[in-house]
Amino acid sequence: MREIDVKIICETVKQLFIDSNYNLCQDIRNKLNEYKDLEVSEIGKEILDKIIENADIAAKKQIAICQDTGMSVVFLEVGQEVCFIGGDINEAINMGVRKAYNEGFLRKSVVADPIERKNTGDNTPSVIHYNIVPGDKVKVQIMPKGFGSENMSRIKMLKPADGVEGIIDFVLETVGKAGPNPCPPIIIGVGIGGTFEKAALMAKRALLRPIDKRNSDSFYGQLEKELLKRINDLGIGPQGMGGITTALGVNIEAFATHIAGLPVAVNISCHASRHMEAVI
Amino acid sequence: MYIRIMTPLKDEDVKKLKAGDHVLLSGIIYSARDAAHKRMQEALRKGQDLPINLKDQVIYYAGPCPARPGEIAGPYGPTTSGRMDKYAPEFIKLGLKGMIGKGERNSDVIEAMIADNAVYFAAIGGIGAYIAALIKSQEVVAYEELGAEALIKLEVEDFPLIVAIDSSGNNLYTTEPEKYTGRYSLLEDKADMGDD
Repeated sequence: MREIDVKIICETVKQLFIDSNYNLCQDIRNKLNEYKDLEVSEIGKEILDKIIENADIAAKKQIAICQDTGMSVVFLEVGQEVCFIGGDINEAINMGVRKAYNEGFLRKSVVADPIERKNTGDNTPSVIHYNIVPGDKVKVQIMPKGFGSENMSRIKMLKPADGVEGIIDFVLETVGKAGPNPCPPIIIGVGIGGTFEKAALMAKRALLRPIDKRNSDSFYGQLEKELLKRINDLGIGPQGMGGITTALGVNIEAFATHIAGLPVAVNISCHASRHMEAVI
Repeated sequence: MYIRIMTPLKDEDVKKLKAGDHVLLSGIIYSARDAAHKRMQEALRKGQDLPINLKDQVIYYAGPCPARPGEIAGPYGPTTSGRMDKYAPEFIKLGLKGMIGKGERNSDVIEAMIADNAVYFAAIGGIGAYIAALIKSQEVVAYEELGAEALIKLEVEDFPLIVAIDSSGNNLYTTEPEKYTGRYSLLEDKADMGDD
């Protein structure tokens, strides 16, 4: 049994949320540069330029890339030989978020109740997902999730007979309907299979993977490429003002499902797709 | 080519702006988003005055991060405008001349813009750090308890905007994407899509 003080988790969560809000991920930055050269729309090129310049300013001044510093999503992979000591793990995570958003000058965007809508003032509570795995390590993955793109995400319970074409159609329809709203160029997480909630969770987890890494299953790796090509052929372009850069990446996660079902979830992220991880 | 414009907006300024024009906007604008719009609409329902006179003004759909000490403003990019569609036609009737945000507007808003000569500018979503540097002053005018969602008076200098929908109803979001449909596949060099 390995003991880990929850204070370490708290500090890690705090640091990850601050860093990820200030510093654009390298994989996204590389893709922005690549697409800036490929983009055929003049407005599109100019927008991509400003997005890159913005990332430079944020990193230099150590301020948020985007004012929507998101609702905090935390994935915790806990080794089964780990024992947390020193307090409540959930509270430690929320304390880390509270500190990050207060000390890091990040926007507090969480309301306590979806109907009453009173701001909690510290960006808590977090959405926390736990997963128990073998070993004695803890992997902390965090994602400050902006809602311009979250609002454009969708889930559908397809019929098995709808097959791959049904999946492609649903993803294209979702991206098309979203248009300029999720701040294209976007990153798309797709969850295929499982149950209703499993598909949504896989779609979110897919956004944690770097966009230059294809799914290790070659069928899904190919499907990611096919989807990216067809999405960029939609013409939506940077900020929905036309162009070939609608998406920078498509990541798919798949899981076993029921004989009667083919759930598909599409979780959209804006170009400021922020995520980071640490292993303790 | 940028067109330089000062607020408050004059009718003739609005009339000459066409969808696709690049604008550098300077002067006073007001930031307000979901909660402030709701409050303002409630005030109107109760027959109360609004905290600001909307005539010839520009509303920026945004809610900022807090500023670091010594800085005027924190990151301050646009939010999705569609959520304010419910409120915009009434504000346009009261004289609102310009809106800044990102994303599409519904037909009610566009009809109101045509009827009362208003313009909708798109700011680039997700460049809040860039926009922060263009803000010369920031002052909460009303609803301070809403934090980032308060009604805030801003002075901006050379805020780069694109006319997304003009006062004749020309809409960049409708006209532009179709010009690029299928263009990606035609490129000789495509983006590196990564290894399987």
